Amino acid sequence: MKTLMKPIDLDQLTKAHESRFVDVEPTEEQLPWPQFTVAGLNFYYGSHQALKNINLIVPNKRVTAFIGPSGCGKTTLLRTLNRMNETIPGTRVEGSIRLVDRDLFSIPVTTLRRVVGMVFQKPTPFPKSIFENVAYGLKLEHRFSRTEIAEKVEQSLRRAALWDEVKDKLHQSASGISGGQQQRLCIARALAVDPEVLLMDEPCSALDPISTAKIEDLLFELKNICTIIIVTHNMLQAARVADYVGFFLNGELIELNRAKQIFQNPEKQQTQDYITGRFG
Amino acid sequence: MSKKYPSFSRRFKNYLMFTLTGICTLLVVSVLFTILAYLLWHGAHALNLNFFTKLPAPVGQAGGGVVNAIIGTLKLLVFASLIGVPIGLIGGIYLSEFAGGWSGFAVRYTTDLLNGVPSVVMGIFVYTLVVLPMHHFSTFAGGVALGIMMIPIALRSTEDFLRAVPRSLREGGLALGASKSETIFTIVIPAAIYGILTGVMLDIARVAGETAPLLFTAFGNQFDSPGWLQPTSSLPVVIYNYAISPYDEWHQQAWAAGFVLLSGLLAISILARVVLARGGKVSHG
Amino acid sequence: MGNIALSTPEVPVPVRGLDRKQGWVERLRKGDEVLHLITFAGGWSIILITVLLVQHLWVYSRLSRHAFGWHFLFTSTWDPVNGLFGAWPFVYGTLVTSILALAIAIPVGLGSAIFLAELAPRSLSNGLTFLIELLAAVPSVIYGLVGIFLLIPVLTTFMPYFQKVFGWLPIFQGTFYGVSYFSASIVLAIMVVPFIVSISREVLIAVPISQREAMMALGATKWEVTWQAVVPYARQGIMGSIFLSLARALGETMAVTMVIGNVAQVSTSLMAPGYTIAAVIANEFTEATGDLYLHALIELGLVLFAVTMIINALARLLMLTMKGHEAAA
Repeated sequence: MKTLMKPIDLDQLTKAHESRFVDVEPTEEQLPWPQFTVAGLNFYYGSHQALKNINLIVPNKRVTAFIGPSGCGKTTLLRTLNRMNETIPGTRVEGSIRLVDRDLFSIPVTTLRRVVGMVFQKPTPFPKSIFENVAYGLKLEHRFSRTEIAEKVEQSLRRAALWDEVKDKLHQSASGISGGQQQRLCIARALAVDPEVLLMDEPCSALDPISTAKIEDLLFELKNICTIIIVTHNMLQAARVADYVGFFLNGELIELNRAKQIFQNPEKQQTQDYITGRFG
Repeated sequence: MSKKYPSFSRRFKNYLMFTLTGICTLLVVSVLFTILAYLLWHGAHALNLNFFTKLPAPVGQAGGGVVNAIIGTLKLLVFASLIGVPIGLIGGIYLSEFAGGWSGFAVRYTTDLLNGVPSVVMGIFVYTLVVLPMHHFSTFAGGVALGIMMIPIALRSTEDFLRAVPRSLREGGLALGASKSETIFTIVIPAAIYGILTGVMLDIARVAGETAPLLFTAFGNQFDSPGWLQPTSSLPVVIYNYAISPYDEWHQQAWAAGFVLLSGLLAISILARVVLARGGKVSHG
Repeated sequence: MGNIALSTPEVPVPVRGLDRKQGWVERLRKGDEVLHLITFAGGWSIILITVLLVQHLWVYSRLSRHAFGWHFLFTSTWDPVNGLFGAWPFVYGTLVTSILALAIAIPVGLGSAIFLAELAPRSLSNGLTFLIELLAAVPSVIYGLVGIFLLIPVLTTFMPYFQKVFGWLPIFQGTFYGVSYFSASIVLAIMVVPFIVSISREVLIAVPISQREAMMALGATKWEVTWQAVVPYARQGIMGSIFLSLARALGETMAVTMVIGNVAQVSTSLMAPGYTIAAVIANEFTEATGDLYLHALIELGLVLFAVTMIINALARLLMLTMKGHEAAA
């Protein structure tokens, strides 16, 4: 599923970026604060080192995109942020990650994952009804009444722009809707538990262009509710949706900056090479 | 002069051997139909209301039945399921979700070993384990014997169906803050439940026909067997005892009992397949 | 790392939901250790049961083992009245019936498997295989029932003609009264054939096309391809199915005891009645007077357990080392 990288010029990228919103230099009051602070992070799959000395800050309530060629470690870093890599045997983490001011590894992992949600590459609805899918996370907490759950399910489906399409078939199986709808269902499912952060691992790569556009539109509203980190191998997508972009190569973070900066005036040669399509 | 290739003898041999294999297949399949037809013919004759509702009558008297055997078999199967299914289920969850390396290997190997134990040896084991300390035969002992025999298949089938649930579903649950136990109970098991149920049903069908272990545990009973601590009659044991007896009325009843038993087993097998097919439709849309 | 301008909040901003304390119920639900422990116990209870089984068989056969030692297996006297127990008639009967059953079942089973795997169109093959596998679900006692009332009368009718032709062979001599090694072997063969067919068919189907194409390119007939390329490639799986069937035949009880005659003797003729280990246990266990008698029967059970365990292990070893594919069973 590698996309063929055609040479792209910087103008096209900045046009894509500007066409969606006006990039205003934030004033003092609007400055985001750090959602994640990663310092000296090394990650190993067995003896293979996948992340080398990562230092970065992910800003709060913005969309940050991780870009880079296949195998550069961007998905590994994403999955470290909600500690999903711990489910794979033989992995090792060194360094520190802070969620705002809290050490990521000292929080109970099930509580962490409620605060930091994730949407995966392939839509994976549970073999249950649409309603039960969205309500799943809520029912795990055992503290919501039936009416509360119903309200939150509706709210989440609205936020994922899916409510109108499924409101009449909430109790039908989730496998009966299209791929794009299923992915929005997974987004609604993740949103239902009110996360602070939403991690998205190439959420549109398995979808058609129309569904992709719908989900990209979602992100503009969603970033008011939670911080979004999106891993994508589609640079135009990054240009369209991201406020901040981090470029990764061979397990290292090459550059992290505001999106306009990265696309118009990247500081590193490798970043320049990548976004002009010199290598895929 | 060109020779027709391959030679006639080779073509003849080809034709002959494959015809022979077809005959073999026909032979095997016709055995099945012969058994079914014979059971149907002789068994259906002796089926009447008395058969299902009356206790055995003294030899020479007409009108006896095998109601105590039918009830006995049902009680034995209920009890066996209570023992075999939970252990098989829990063991299957262990092998699929938790077991690492040598521990999983040990459990799996031992389960296969237990599966291969001849049923008559299982009867000996439960005799020494339960009947001797209790000083009498009982439904309880018979249930224990059949229950232990149920464990390996229940465990294997549970493990297989749990493993078949894709990893992505488990990750979806974990990413929402569910613990491993919660994902197992709320996502993985419900996704595999149809398959597990099918495995349990086929398991019950398998032990329902077992005779040898019951000979030394539940033993047999001409009369009703209230409760769980008395020896009990059962369909397979009745078939055996009546078949080897010298009395014609009992031979008839043996056929009828055989017919009832086999019909029950076939019904469960077919039901199990229906459940499995339906389960496939529900979870994969 | 770039110069993103960020503010540093003076008061630590609480992250939604992070500070909620977990009650003990929630910690229990989230505690995977509890489930791990429970399932571990469940899995290992099976090991416990098996250990108990072996231990009981060993302990409850000690009187007989101490009295007779290894001679137990090779002595022919089975005399409960005088307390002399020798297992040879049963060992002999078990071996004879199982080997003869396999001698019948292997060609028929393999032949059917070849037909179903190579010749029959897939839907017909699946349908017939389903029916044949149903045979495996028929309980032993029903095979015995059909054996007594159908097979034996049929055999008794045809045996005189059969003996006219083959009666000069010592194994076919003597009057045939129905219950015999021969009848038991046939019943066992029928019971064991479905396993050979089912497993062999699967391994034959799994043989990669490249094997067949290599021979076909040389102009071989379909039978030659099958017999000289496909079957040899699958031979480990087929051998595995044969071992599994042998283990089953050795342990079969009810069908055998209903048609073999249950006479503790050693006879060279297949027409004579005999006895097997499983059959004698089933028949005499509940009537065993005295501990020595019981222990002798249990020792027989121990022997049967050991033999079937070894053969099953061999079968599994064969199927595990099969080239490439997953074992069918």
